[in-house]
Amino acid sequence: MKHYEVEILDAKTKDKLCFLDKVEPNATIGEIKSMFHKSHPQWYAARQSIRLDPKGKSLKDEDVLQHLPVGTTATFYFRDLGAQISWVTVFLTEYGGPLLLYLMFYFRAPFIYAPKYDFTTSKHWVVHLACMCHSFHYLKRLLETLFVHRFSHGTMPLRNIFKNCTYYWGFAAWMAYYINHPLYTPPTIYGEQQVRIALIIFLFCQVGNFSIHIALRNLRPPGSKTRKIPYPTKNPFTWIFLLVSCPNYTYELGSWFGFTLMTQCLPVAFFTAVGFIQMTVWAKGKHRSYLKEFRDYPPLRSPILPFVL
Amino acid sequence: MSAPAIGTTKTAHSDVAPKKKRGPGALATAYLVIYNVVMTAGWLVIAVGLVRAYLVRGSYHGLYFSIEKPLKFFQTGALLEILHCAVGIVPSSVVLTGFQVLSRVFLTWAVTHSVREVQSEDSVLLFVSAWTITEIIRYSFYTFSLLNHLPYLIKWARYTFFLVLYPMGVTGELLTIYAALPYVQKTGLYSVTLPNKYNFSFDYYTFLILTMVSYIPLFPQLYFHMMRQRKKVLAHVEEYKTE
Repeated sequence: MKHYEVEILDAKTKDKLCFLDKVEPNATIGEIKSMFHKSHPQWYAARQSIRLDPKGKSLKDEDVLQHLPVGTTATFYFRDLGAQISWVTVFLTEYGGPLLLYLMFYFRAPFIYAPKYDFTTSKHWVVHLACMCHSFHYLKRLLETLFVHRFSHGTMPLRNIFKNCTYYWGFAAWMAYYINHPLYTPPTIYGEQQVRIALIIFLFCQVGNFSIHIALRNLRPPGSKTRKIPYPTKNPFTWIFLLVSCPNYTYELGSWFGFTLMTQCLPVAFFTAVGFIQMTVWAKGKHRSYLKEFRDYPPLRSPILPFVL
Repeated sequence: MSAPAIGTTKTAHSDVAPKKKRGPGALATAYLVIYNVVMTAGWLVIAVGLVRAYLVRGSYHGLYFSIEKPLKFFQTGALLEILHCAVGIVPSSVVLTGFQVLSRVFLTWAVTHSVREVQSEDSVLLFVSAWTITEIIRYSFYTFSLLNHLPYLIKWARYTFFLVLYPMGVTGELLTIYAALPYVQKTGLYSVTLPNKYNFSFDYYTFLILTMVSYIPLFPQLYFHMMRQRKKVLAHVEEYKTE
């Protein structure tokens, strides 16, 4: 069996960083990354980007050496992706914050509202309902992170956790401040009926969103990174796959729309709007990759809103 | 932080790698030349207006009133520059340009116009003069660049005057916002209080204070960015490489 020689150069300076000899032809990029890590302990595998071309795309961990367009002396280029943090850690932190922060406002912890309101509770039943819904939503997200989702990337850049937490925690605090405020005004336009309908929409979309997460999880065997086209299952909540590529986002939008209606609170409307914009960007991206990857992708589907967007 | 606007630079603020440069076609170039000539003329009008008013009144106090209308017109007109970036005829970042222009427009309308009491402050003259000189240079820079005939003097001015004009403008802006604070607090200008049926509140006074605070991280970044640009653009005189 012919062995390969692998040299790894810095993509920017072209300095020779590492030379590996007697590399098995069936070695994967992932294994090469571990070997590189040994000679450069500060660059753990997750922060290595290995490419064939200094400006090219990153090679995948699963790529096998002998199947790459390289000679028996393979030259790869390395770029440092910067400090990395695991997706699970980021999700738990960014979702744990809103759960706890909202409750602090709900129970009117000191230094938020005027001292005479400390540890009092609102007299409006919709405020209690909103707290239950908000808490349920983030609890669901935390549990899904731990038990449902199968991530294709293990890590993301460290700076993302600051950006993401600012977004989630900031908005959660902003919304919670008003909903739990002593001067909060419950829905006036259609009163109790509005809250009831809003609750139904919210719950429907929570179940829908969960159904989609389960369906997506079942597409992917444990530990794998395979990608398949999602299709409707026996669960009626997944039938929306007929019309939409990313129904998880559709249902998420629906949930927050319901919550906005329930609380009749402008900051919640802002949060819903910003989330909608971001999810639309993501949905369009995902839709485009589906189209690129699969020839037989169902043509009726839109990224996030049936027929519209 | 709007004093000398950053405008078109070749450094990539975009995070998309090789973006296919559409660049302006012939029609777009013609339009841009006209736009930049008009803006140069507009700010010259403001400059002349300031000088004339000074000569007539004999003092530099209260000159704002003599150029109020052209200032509002031409500064607001700069909003078009956001559109130019969005459409792609100008290779700048929409976000950066938007931020620059909107902060100018904010100072013009939401502070100076809205709080009458600050209009007679000297700080207004400070930032208006800084803006005026900067914009005359900047728009003529663009005009000449588009016509592929950029005199070195204009290039030098664009990348040198900011050294003084930027801090001058920022000082004027901050002093003006500061002067507006007591009136905003007293009248509750642009503020919304609870309770209301949309469960929302906004305190313009606090917002203005936060705006002032935001200058602390933002101004040095923009200033040093311009200094780095200056080094790059004016460095061709060097005979030997320093790095």
